[in-house]
Amino acid sequence: MVDFTLWDIVRNLLLAARWTVVLSLIAFVGGGLVGAALLVLRLWGGRRSHAFVAGYVQLFQGTPLLMQLFLAYFGIALFGIQTSPWFAAALALTLYTSAFLTEIWRGCVASIPRGQWEAAVSLALDFLEQLRYVILPQATRIAVPPTVGFLVQVIKGTALASVIGFVELTKAGTMITNATFRPFTVYACVALMYFVLCFPISAWARSLERKLHARR
Amino acid sequence: MTFDFGAVLAQWPLLLRGALVTIGLTAVSALVGGAVGVACAWARSEGPGWLRWIVGTYVELVRNTPFIVQLFFIFFGLPILGVRLSPTFASILAMVVNLGAYATEIVRAGLMATPRGQIEAAESLALNRWHIYTRVVLPPALRKVWPSLTSQIVIVMLGSAVCGQISTEDLSFAANLIQSRNFRAFEAYLIATAIYLGLAIGLRRVLNWAGPRFLFGRL
Repeated sequence: MVDFTLWDIVRNLLLAARWTVVLSLIAFVGGGLVGAALLVLRLWGGRRSHAFVAGYVQLFQGTPLLMQLFLAYFGIALFGIQTSPWFAAALALTLYTSAFLTEIWRGCVASIPRGQWEAAVSLALDFLEQLRYVILPQATRIAVPPTVGFLVQVIKGTALASVIGFVELTKAGTMITNATFRPFTVYACVALMYFVLCFPISAWARSLERKLHARR
Repeated sequence: MTFDFGAVLAQWPLLLRGALVTIGLTAVSALVGGAVGVACAWARSEGPGWLRWIVGTYVELVRNTPFIVQLFFIFFGLPILGVRLSPTFASILAMVVNLGAYATEIVRAGLMATPRGQIEAAESLALNRWHIYTRVVLPPALRKVWPSLTSQIVIVMLGSAVCGQISTEDLSFAANLIQSRNFRAFEAYLIATAIYLGLAIGLRRVLNWAGPRFLFGRL
């Protein structure tokens, strides 16, 4: 039997952690784009699109991410497309992220006083101009801290992709455990790496929030 | 593309049992985790320096690592130290540890919003520290943060779907078992997801009703 040193374990985990980072970025950027589109749809559209976005958010916030991953994994196969854990994980996490981000941002837009919209209308700006020049510059400032904070949730969410066979940090931990029989050390290292990844972002989000409140 | 939901629904006793286990896990961990949160929130705002540091470390460690890793660490890692846990107990422990950390921060936010004058008023009525905390400070604090606490309990319930991975026989485990029997994976997970959605909506209603009734009185 091969002996594994602590460095062997850490090195392999670090290599796998790259995929945690890549998957998080894909989900965050993709989810941000879809979330922004949903936000515009909700603000702009009529009652039906309003209900659609509300239902979408309820659906993704009210069901386990793990089930969403399974459904994406087996659902894509139903269309006769060769599915891969990569694609299924990226798709499910993007949709999940978009639902949360659109809800966070909706709250930020809602906190802009009505008078701002009315003022923009009275300047004869059309809807997109109202958003672009009046509402979004103010809403963005409020939206940054919770959005950064949600990035932590996305990174932690990618750990579930391990269950459908995507090899990232957690899956690598399981594989290394099966080879080394040292679950305590391996999972402690895995947890520590997630912590090193997430804690600075949490702290950053907190400091952004403090600054925002201080300025008011 | 043909669906066969009948094949999955025919296994309804499994789904029902799984849903009941999920409800049970959530109920126990909500009660114990909530209590841990209240105790830690007190320790973090009123306790001595070293205790604040320990609780702060616990909260940050849990909030910045994924639940699935916490669960695997408890279930696979702890037996090395001679602590042998059943899947169900490991799941409950992980859920309590997880919820406890989030509840600590949520309750603490409520505690900090308590006006200083209320505590002084209670002191002048010669209430001891225990009574001041449980009768004067805590109820309005809980009332203020109840919506956040409710959301967090729902999040923990949904997160508990991972517990099936260590063979806790919850709803996700039932779905997994059904699809391994009849190969109707998509249908099995879709139905389980729908049940989870129903549980989440129901749990939210129950907590909205139970909070004012049992914890902090009506406004």
